[in-house]
Amino acid sequence: MEYLSLFVKSIFVDNMIFAYFLGMCSFLAVSKNVKTAAGLGVAVIFVLLATLPLNYLLNEYVLKPGALSWLGEGFAEVDLSFLSFIIFIAVIAAFVQIVEMVVEKFSPTLYSSLGIFLPLIAVNCAILGGSLFMQQKDFANIGEAAVYSLGSGIGWFLAIVSLAAIREKMSYSNVPPALKGLGITFITVGLMGLAFMTFMGISL
Amino acid sequence: MNAKIKETLLNPIFKGNPITVLVLGICSSLAVTVTLKGALVMSLSVIVVTGVSSLILSLLRNTIPSRVRIIVQLVVVAMMVILVDQVLKSFEATYAIDKQLSVYIGLIITNCIVMGRIEAFALGNKPWPSTLDGIANGAGYGLILIVVAFFRELLGSGTLFGFDILNRFGYVTNNLVILPPFALILLGCIVWLQRSIQKDLQEK
Repeated sequence: MEYLSLFVKSIFVDNMIFAYFLGMCSFLAVSKNVKTAAGLGVAVIFVLLATLPLNYLLNEYVLKPGALSWLGEGFAEVDLSFLSFIIFIAVIAAFVQIVEMVVEKFSPTLYSSLGIFLPLIAVNCAILGGSLFMQQKDFANIGEAAVYSLGSGIGWFLAIVSLAAIREKMSYSNVPPALKGLGITFITVGLMGLAFMTFMGISL
Repeated sequence: MNAKIKETLLNPIFKGNPITVLVLGICSSLAVTVTLKGALVMSLSVIVVTGVSSLILSLLRNTIPSRVRIIVQLVVVAMMVILVDQVLKSFEATYAIDKQLSVYIGLIITNCIVMGRIEAFALGNKPWPSTLDGIANGAGYGLILIVVAFFRELLGSGTLFGFDILNRFGYVTNNLVILPPFALILLGCIVWLQRSIQKDLQEK
């Protein structure tokens, strides 16, 4: 039940885009049509689901104050948490690189549909943001971290696919020339964010 | 000051603003604009990080093999962000702001402005212009942040830098302005204004 509550909360209430603006750059750049948006969304879910639990383990057994106590008495005082930014981003960048190479080798069809998005993802704030929020929320076990990562990935996916659908339809509308493109997209995302606020306060 | 340096310094402030024209770095920019103080600290941090990492990478530009350049850039940027974060944490006055900015200081690493300017400018130019370019882009980002924060703090809390401005006249604070979606709508309006003045930026 706790897992379910965390899952729903991370999709709707703590939505990466509408509540925290994470991953906005690629969100705005790649939301012109639904198909590519869905491709990027799936790639984000996948990378989040893989790197967040990995970073959770690193945080728990290497970075946290006193996390190194499994090495012996002398390490119980060590606090490496100031290194967390560099470790998290290294894990993410390395993972993305490896996935790109593996997918290219074994599944050229998947590579051609997903591959172009993978390098973009290494610098997607939603991925690093997920890891930093995980550190802040202090999850009790790796299961919670995994559920949180899946939920935030799905939330991001939902957001980008729905924005892409709206933008596809909007290309037929008569928007003032100065507002066309970027301006109206910002305002649309703002209004979508207001709609998402209705989920606030839901708890299962 | 010759014309080229002047161009490097002034272009990113208005005509080629990283947020409203290049659409970079929106990720972490909007969540920190609830108060002017937070926006100011965030802008200064970004200026320091973009300036110094552009300088370092421009000095290294002939020695980095292009295949591994992304990870080298990430390491340099992450190091700078760690330094900024530690400095903010070590003074009493800025510690509270660092807590308030929470994960968004860490997210400067994946802020597209930093990486984008390194890729587009620092890797192909001499150290001095690169540093100026980094600083100017950070300043262009900071300008938008401060404009957005000005309206959000004034209308949302009735204060500026924590000093009471509107409340003494019986102003009823507007909570909508504090909510995340309003930042996007405000940004949309800024883009609208800019593109009404500069007609060549309008999208077809």
